[in-house]
Amino acid sequence: MAWLNVLTRRKIFWPIVALAVLMCFNLFFTPNFFRVEIKEGHLYGNVIDIIKNAAPFMLLALGMTLVIATKGIDISVGSIVAISAGVCAMLLGGDLKGVPKYPIFFAMGAAVFVSVLAGVWNGMLVSRIGMQPIIATLILSVAGRGIAMVTTNAMIVWLYIKPFAILGQGYLLGLPFSIFIVAGLFLLTALVTRRTALGLFIEAVGINPTAARFAGINAKNIIFWVYAFSGLCAGISGLIVCSTVMSADGNNAGLGYELSAILAVVLGGTSLNGGKFYLMGSVVGALIVQTLTTTIYAFNVPPEIAKVVIALVVLIVSLLQSLNFRSMVAGLFGKRVPA
Amino acid sequence: MKTKISIDPRNLPILVTLGLLVVMFAVGSVSFMGFLSPQNFLNLFIDNSYLLILGVGMTFVIISGGIDLSVGSALAFSTMLSSSLLQKSGWSPIFVIPTVLLAGIALGSFMGFIIQTFELPPFIITLAGLYLARGLCYVISIDTIGITNQFWQDAAHAEFKVFGNNFISPSVVIALAVVAAGIYIARSTKFGRTVYAIGGNEQSAILMGLPVARTKIAIYAFSGFCSALAGIVFTFYTLSGYALNGQNMEMDTIATVVIGGTLLTGGVGSILGTVFGVLVYGTIQVLIVFQGTLNGWWTRIAIGFLVFLFCFMQRIFEARKRKNKAKEKTLVPAAEEA
Repeated sequence: MAWLNVLTRRKIFWPIVALAVLMCFNLFFTPNFFRVEIKEGHLYGNVIDIIKNAAPFMLLALGMTLVIATKGIDISVGSIVAISAGVCAMLLGGDLKGVPKYPIFFAMGAAVFVSVLAGVWNGMLVSRIGMQPIIATLILSVAGRGIAMVTTNAMIVWLYIKPFAILGQGYLLGLPFSIFIVAGLFLLTALVTRRTALGLFIEAVGINPTAARFAGINAKNIIFWVYAFSGLCAGISGLIVCSTVMSADGNNAGLGYELSAILAVVLGGTSLNGGKFYLMGSVVGALIVQTLTTTIYAFNVPPEIAKVVIALVVLIVSLLQSLNFRSMVAGLFGKRVPA
Repeated sequence: MKTKISIDPRNLPILVTLGLLVVMFAVGSVSFMGFLSPQNFLNLFIDNSYLLILGVGMTFVIISGGIDLSVGSALAFSTMLSSSLLQKSGWSPIFVIPTVLLAGIALGSFMGFIIQTFELPPFIITLAGLYLARGLCYVISIDTIGITNQFWQDAAHAEFKVFGNNFISPSVVIALAVVAAGIYIARSTKFGRTVYAIGGNEQSAILMGLPVARTKIAIYAFSGFCSALAGIVFTFYTLSGYALNGQNMEMDTIATVVIGGTLLTGGVGSILGTVFGVLVYGTIQVLIVFQGTLNGWWTRIAIGFLVFLFCFMQRIFEARKRKNKAKEKTLVPAAEEA
């Protein structure tokens, strides 16, 4: 049983088990859940849909993982998604013939640039001014939606530019295009954090910033860049959201995404208390959240009631992380430590 | 001899907020005709009565060092529950109001219980509460439920005359009663002082023998009560229940509390400050309406900016305090030796 021990000790094991359980549930109770067809040269089916719809959350979860690893939190990502979508849509313009006002890459670049600026602002507040992360990012979470609405003149901007749709609706090698963006950013992040000492530095800052500073780590800069990176992820996520619906709605784009992203990270095994982080876990966590939502939809439950289920999941996951709860459950099974 | 006006540094944030309010009113009065009228001032209370009630509950939570993200959803749930009980079940208001308030208290104490017993971050548990309450709204109904109940109609349209021709609504009376109760509880009851003690240093509060566990649960229960009451007041305002009510309202509430000078690290703050915070929030909205050309969404940007300013100010105060403490530390040993 040694191999099982090794397996269960790996952090990624439990998120994958959770995902597998959800999938098994669907295998039995949702007809045609796993059916994948080939339509117009690309794959089509529930599972593909889940991956496609989870893409924006996976991107957000990547940035959020690093932020949470430094014992921070970024609740402004939902608003940054709206800003990014708004900036991009305004620069492309709602021309009915599909002629963009500015080149597509310029518009996308500008949107991502603005999002990184938003992240830099968060990073400055947390690392330089020393505000608590939740408050520092609350500022942009409140103001950001206003900024998004002001950018789009409080209107929903519809886009008719065909090439831009590839980002959120296109396919490459039969798979949704957005998943390649996620994979690219994931590999990049994993390489930079795991193949260099940066990942260790981030974890050190999350476990004990003072000790990290005494060890010669520039904690301030690490915290700063982690928020900037979260802004970058939110910006790209915003482009995908914008391209998927071919419109920018400052009011609703990315609404509540920050919560799903945090949930994905926590489900993936990264503790809200900072320290060790698991990028792959967060990606799986995002898939779990999306599978859960899709499963609920498949049962013809109004999408809004899905929130009750998500609430219960958040509750259970946090209870499982609580030491008090664990010892209480252990006590129930008579595993009390002898005094 | 000069008489020096000394200001308690703890009151400084409130004074800044009050000053800001006066300045904004002055700017409005100079710039816009009809801005400076007693009724315009009273309208601030009428339009933001629910925010005042939410703010009182949130102030207690934040002073204790916690946070309650569920208030907006709890408000929406309260509007849905009261409208559906009134319209669909045909209950009398005498039963509806206590039921709704009890539901709010139940939600709050449930969250408080989990936060306290399992030592979980309030942020994440009240986040679950946010989802839960919002989802429960849709369980009741996806559509808007209009309220035709006579008592509600009367409450919505009643006006109390104050200073001559001006009026306030029953909602304002309720909100001011909650504010008065909040000030009394915070200043003069054992519970209120325990809240400050917990926010100052929870460990010390436990060692002092204060009932920390009970108080913490009660804080969230009180915030739940405030959310439910705010929901009822909100239905006086809109005469309907709608599951999308109060979206992002938790952020607005936290913002007004912060602008009111309550420290997010806990231990410092006041209900009166929150009242000023709500008035500042309302004044910004009115200014933008009077200005006319600006999009209403500028309110959110302005609020975000103010939260930034106040947090920044708090950080400067903290840094200065730490410096003073460091100075004292170096001075005291020398004095003792002498």
